[in-house]
Amino acid sequence: MPRCTIIKNGRIVDPKNNRDEAADLYILDGKIASKPSNEILDTAEIIDAQGLVVSPGLVDLHVHFRVPGQKHKETIRTGTSAAAAGGFTSVVCMPNTSPAVDNAGTVQLIKDIVDKEGVVNVFPTGTITVGRQGEALAPTGSLSRMGIVAISDGGKCVQNAGLMRRALQYAHMFNVPVIDHCQDYSLSADGVMNEGFVSTKLGLRGIHKAAEDIIVARDITLSTHTGAHIHLQHISSKSAVDIIRRAKARGINVTAEVTPHHLALTDSEVESFNTNFKMNPPLREEEDRIALLEALEDGTIDCIATGHAPHTDYEKDVEFDYAPFGVIGLETALSISLAQLYHSKRLSLLGTLSLLTSRPAEILKLNKGTLSEGADADVTLFDPEETWTPQFKKFFSKSSNSPWIGRELKGKVKKTLVAGKLVFDGQKILAD
Amino acid sequence: MSWNRKDLITIEELSSEEINTLFETADAFKKVLGRKTAKTPALRGKNVVNLFFENSTRTRVAFEMAAKRLSADVTSLDMKTSSTAKGETLRDTVENIRALAADIIIIRHSAPGSAGYIAKILDIPVLNAGDGAHEHPTQALLDCFTLREKWGDLKGRKIAILGDILYSRVARSNIWAMNKLGAEVTLVGPSTLVPREFERLGAKVSHDLKSALADKDAVMLLRIQHERQNASAFPSLNEYTSMFGLNADRFSWLKKDAIIMHPGPINRGVEIDSDLADSSQSVILEQVTNGLAVRMAALYLCNGGAAEAAIA
Ligand SMILES: [Zn+2]
Ligand SMILES: [Zn+2]
Repeated sequence: MPRCTIIKNGRIVDPKNNRDEAADLYILDGKIASKPSNEILDTAEIIDAQGLVVSPGLVDLHVHFRVPGQKHKETIRTGTSAAAAGGFTSVVCMPNTSPAVDNAGTVQLIKDIVDKEGVVNVFPTGTITVGRQGEALAPTGSLSRMGIVAISDGGKCVQNAGLMRRALQYAHMFNVPVIDHCQDYSLSADGVMNEGFVSTKLGLRGIHKAAEDIIVARDITLSTHTGAHIHLQHISSKSAVDIIRRAKARGINVTAEVTPHHLALTDSEVESFNTNFKMNPPLREEEDRIALLEALEDGTIDCIATGHAPHTDYEKDVEFDYAPFGVIGLETALSISLAQLYHSKRLSLLGTLSLLTSRPAEILKLNKGTLSEGADADVTLFDPEETWTPQFKKFFSKSSNSPWIGRELKGKVKKTLVAGKLVFDGQKILAD
Repeated sequence: MSWNRKDLITIEELSSEEINTLFETADAFKKVLGRKTAKTPALRGKNVVNLFFENSTRTRVAFEMAAKRLSADVTSLDMKTSSTAKGETLRDTVENIRALAADIIIIRHSAPGSAGYIAKILDIPVLNAGDGAHEHPTQALLDCFTLREKWGDLKGRKIAILGDILYSRVARSNIWAMNKLGAEVTLVGPSTLVPREFERLGAKVSHDLKSALADKDAVMLLRIQHERQNASAFPSLNEYTSMFGLNADRFSWLKKDAIIMHPGPINRGVEIDSDLADSSQSVILEQVTNGLAVRMAALYLCNGGAAEAAIA
């Protein structure tokens, strides 16, 4: 007899199938199924989803799990637990580990650890260049054979345009998308926050938007000439949005993501010198924030990705200049996205969830992010109205570097299932 | 009296009443400095620690002498090769110094926000002696105190600040202080060192020296360096001097009795002509003397003040 689970009385929202209705969801042996026979139904485990949204498990194209090399910040266990608690069932982890993922052996190592400790699906990426040094191409073919889903220099940007062109040409041969952190170093230099009024006032060194815009334009130009798929990470500036919008109108093979922080926050937060607002690219200004929201509405930016970047509290508890860039995001992403898009009435629930499920899955051709019959039963149940307040040291992530500590959020994950198995029950992780 | 602060971190957060309280206290201390025994017991038995992560003999010595005039015990630590180089955090460093029974910490550090950061960590007074390009509150206070001595008050006065504004904590603190005291501030210099963003801080921004100086009651010069960050901000010191250096001819563009200020150290012949720096309209040395009284007042007030008798 197949193993059966019924999720009853929920509001099923499946963007891939444009489905938003009150219905029951059936899971048979880890796959989404049609209504089974009464005989099977009698044995089914029942999950009551009264008042809850039943969504495809969320998909995050941009997380840093710090393994191998920096277990003090995060492990595959804690990172995937944070994902499950945030409603994410599939994540793409960046290759800026130590050592970097520039060889097949390291991919294998990560896969082995994920098999042992992973709570959700983890898709590794490889680097663009050897050691992320921006000097020589990493073995994209071998990495691809090992199952990486894209290449990226994760947190670094290849500065040499000639090398980047070769990377795109070469990766295109294997159908491997190239993911870029867009930043021209001659313009970002030793900046620590957005260059603008606030940096001028605080005397902090700025990172000008032009540093992002120039590489966005460069990458789009190189994609135009190579045909390769370029995916632009954490877009933060209004002017970069404009460049992408025009490129898409010309049919260029470019996709882009935005983080929840850049949708919700501006550089005025840095006035507190709180290092949990230090990230790269930096929080920009209100006109940028609005442009990013509009870009999600009109499809210029394709999806939301957290950029989940754990750092320990002692690493962040230093002068703003010396704190590492980056904040965690897996456990707050859904609430922030709902607040900025759904609760603010910019997008429907279907539209909002498409940015966290079907769209990101399509970008990297992951067979995820839908409740279609036959799909893996990765499912997230959440209450869009329930409020909660993130607390220091109360995250499932090993790190607590969240800008949302102490701020009330709306929208709470109640259950997360991976391949039909409950991995998060709203309180704790139920793996193994 | 209006002063309920443990710390002096920024001018931004001070009210004009607080600034005036500090000035009145500094007036009293300046009288003390004129006496034969120029010392008061206000901080007797207190350990004042000068924590300098950046070179600045002037500011460090000024704070040292101010604390000694208040009868405090002073320890000055040159942290250049210390903590950070050893991998110790700023938090660890200041918690250790606190554990050694420090009563007041004066900090100079290259990172904006660092003084405020340790003020939140520690339960003792913290005085900001310059945090990167952010603020240098006692410098602005002594600058305004000096102008107040000349003019009675700053209301309606027009002041130009000329030079490297972008990287200057002195400029930022002075914009806050002068605005709060009712003066109008115009920032002048090359566009790469005087960005438009400063307008939102309440200052005017100009790249034309002649029109900027035309109706000013005072001009404050800032030290020009052509190293590190400035290396690409303007072509050369010669170019700077030929465009923005203050000389006798250009000084005549100001109002007749205009005052010349400079927080020092001066680059003679770069931002200002040597003769002009020594002229009767320059108050550069008065600024230094007033710095002592102002810093005594800051230390005294942040320590919780005391009976008026302590001053007299
Ligand atoms: Zn990045
Ligand atoms: Zn990243």
